[in-house]
Formats: sequence, C-alpha cells, structure tokens
Amino acid sequence: MKRKHKRLTFVFIAALLIAAAGTLMLTAFEENIVFFRSPSDIAENKVEEGRRIRLGGLVEDGSVQQASDGTVTFGVTDTAHTIKVSYLGILPDLFREGQGVVTEGKLLNGVFIAEEVLAKHDENYMPPEVSEALKDAGYWQGEEGEEETVQ
Amino acid sequence: MAMIEKYANPNRFLRIARPLIPWIGGITLLCLGIGLYLALFVSPADYQQGESVRIIYVHVPAAWMAMFCYTSLVISAGVGLIWKHPVAEIAARETASIGAIFTFLALLTGSLWGKPMWGTWWVWDARLTSMLVLLFLYIGFMALNSAFDNAQRGAKASAILAMVGFINIPIIKFSVDWWNTLHQPASVIRMDGPSIHSSMLIPLLLMAVGYSFFYLWVLLIRMDSAITAGKIRTLRQRHAQA
Repeated sequence: MKRKHKRLTFVFIAALLIAAAGTLMLTAFEENIVFFRSPSDIAENKVEEGRRIRLGGLVEDGSVQQASDGTVTFGVTDTAHTIKVSYLGILPDLFREGQGVVTEGKLLNGVFIAEEVLAKHDENYMPPEVSEALKDAGYWQGEEGEEETVQ
Repeated sequence: MAMIEKYANPNRFLRIARPLIPWIGGITLLCLGIGLYLALFVSPADYQQGESVRIIYVHVPAAWMAMFCYTSLVISAGVGLIWKHPVAEIAARETASIGAIFTFLALLTGSLWGKPMWGTWWVWDARLTSMLVLLFLYIGFMALNSAFDNAQRGAKASAILAMVGFINIPIIKFSVDWWNTLHQPASVIRMDGPSIHSSMLIPLLLMAVGYSFFYLWVLLIRMDSAITAGKIRTLRQRHAQA
C-alpha cells in the first residue's frame, strides 16, 4: 500500500469513528440540549416545582389578560395541555395570541411565574397580501398546525 | 486523482487562477449590487416581522457561507493531508479566515435580528451555540496552523482538528429539527420545498450567489498572495545562503 493510500484509509476510518462518537454523545445529551419544555411535559409531572426551566408553546387564543399592576397572564399551550403563565415585564413585539413563545421561570402552585418571555416565530416568510389571500382562501394553517408545538 | 496531482503545482494553479480573478470580482459585484437593491427596495415586508425581515438577506447567506467555507476547508485540508498537496494546504489556510468572518457576520446579524423579533440578543439554544462552536473551530484551526515553526507540521495538525470538527456541520444544520430551539426551522433547504415567498426567495438566492463568488474572489486573491509570498521567502533564503 502506498503511503497516501495508507493516509486515505486512516482518515476514512477516523472519520467513521468520530461520527459514531458524536452520534453517541448527542444521543446521551439529548435531554440537556432541549431548550424548552412543552406544557405536556409539565402536565405529566416531568418537571418539579420551583426549579428554573423554560416553557415553550403557543399563546392560547383569548387567554391574554392584563392586570392593573401590569402583570400579564396568558395560557401557553401545545394543544394537548395548557399552562397558565404570569409575567411582569416588557413583552417582545411579536408576542400575540396564537404566536409561539419561550418563557423562562419557575412553576409555583401550578402557575408558571415567568421572568423572561421570548417570541418564537415560524419559518414562513411572505408579504402581508399573500398571508391575507391565504386566509381568505381558507388555506391558512397558522401556527396551530405546526408540528413543533405538538412534540 | 490525476486531476488533484496536476494542480499541486502552484505555478500551474496561478496560471489558471489569475485571469479568472477580475471576472469573478465582476460577477460578485453584479450579484451583490442587484441582490441588495432587490432586498432593500423591491422585496416586500414580512406579514409578521415587517421591515426587520430584511436582515435575512445578509444573515442567511452569511450562515450558509460559514458552513460552506468550513466544508471546503475540511476538503482542502484533507486533500492536503492525504496527497501532500501544497495548493490545497494554502486553500485551507486562506479559507479559514474568510469562513471565520462569515461566521462572525452570521452571529452578529443574528443577534441584531434576535433583539427586535425574539426579544433577546442571545440564547444558548442548540442552533446558536453550535454556530458559536463553529467560530471557535475556525479560530482554533488558524491558531494551530500557525503555531508550529515547521509549516508542514502546522498544516497536518490543523487538518486533523478541522476534520474532527466537521461533525459540527450536520449538528448546525439539523439542530433546529433534532431539538426544540428558539431559532425557527429551515425555510429554504428543506424536504417539502421553500417556505419563503418567491418575492423574498429570489433576492435571498441572488445574495447567496453573490456571497459565494465573493468567497471565491477573496480566496483566489489571498492564495495568489500567499503563493507569491512563499516564493519571495524561498528566494530570500537562497540569496542569504549564496
């Protein structure tokens, strides 16, 4: 075997081993790489109370209520379960009902006390006219149909 | 294989590359010029994000190029390692700094986009973190490449680092599918076709072509100067010995 063929074989085998090691590591760390938990995770008691976590899902339609002291309460849903969230602070521009959000905070007596609310937008980009036309024609799926929310 | 060995001669490489440089530069300017005009003046605002969506035209091509440059870096460094190919080694070295700049640009524009849309400059989700790791890989490659007195050893060590780091590229691409992240999933390169309207997709793709030619343009100029600098060094050494 010529030297360059030896090197080629070495690189090839090393690449296979690294890919295998990487896959194993990622599988092992899977739980920790998750950025946020879904309302179902919380409802199924996978999350202990008082622990700082991120909760992600859609803002439930018609659930946003503003109290006189500025506290906003809303439901975060993944269509299967809904968790009530309470938040005092500035909401991002994209925050609205039906929109994806990720909130960070703690669960207290079944209510999620958020310290930070981030808006999550979807991967669809289009001019406003097109989204109007889609809605009119009844083709609009909106965020409800997103698979990311039903995990 | 014969093809790879043929262009291992830097002089032969330069004879072909040099006349191409002005043409590639012309195409770059044309694509970026038309692309930016379409992106900033012709393309519509987004139904959700409004005018802020225009950051996509600098952010997404930069992120693509960050991954593309790393892939070509790994291929060049691998060819350099296996075939002892001087031109490939130079290509890998010169690609690294360009790729690092693209990665930095993607992180910077992403941060500027994240603040108004998500409400934060930075989060440690899988996509953003793996992209930051990519920047560190580029910096590590450059540092290791120049850490040895013997350039050959530097090329060898950094090539191995680059190849090990390639595992990060599929992680970046699929991070948004494998894990839930704040970053949204892919809009253009996906199984069921782009989820971005054609009036925005066309300027985006034009910008991506412009970025690619920009990479090629800067790469050839840098390789030309690197090869020339190497020749001058050899001449000086010969002169000093004589």
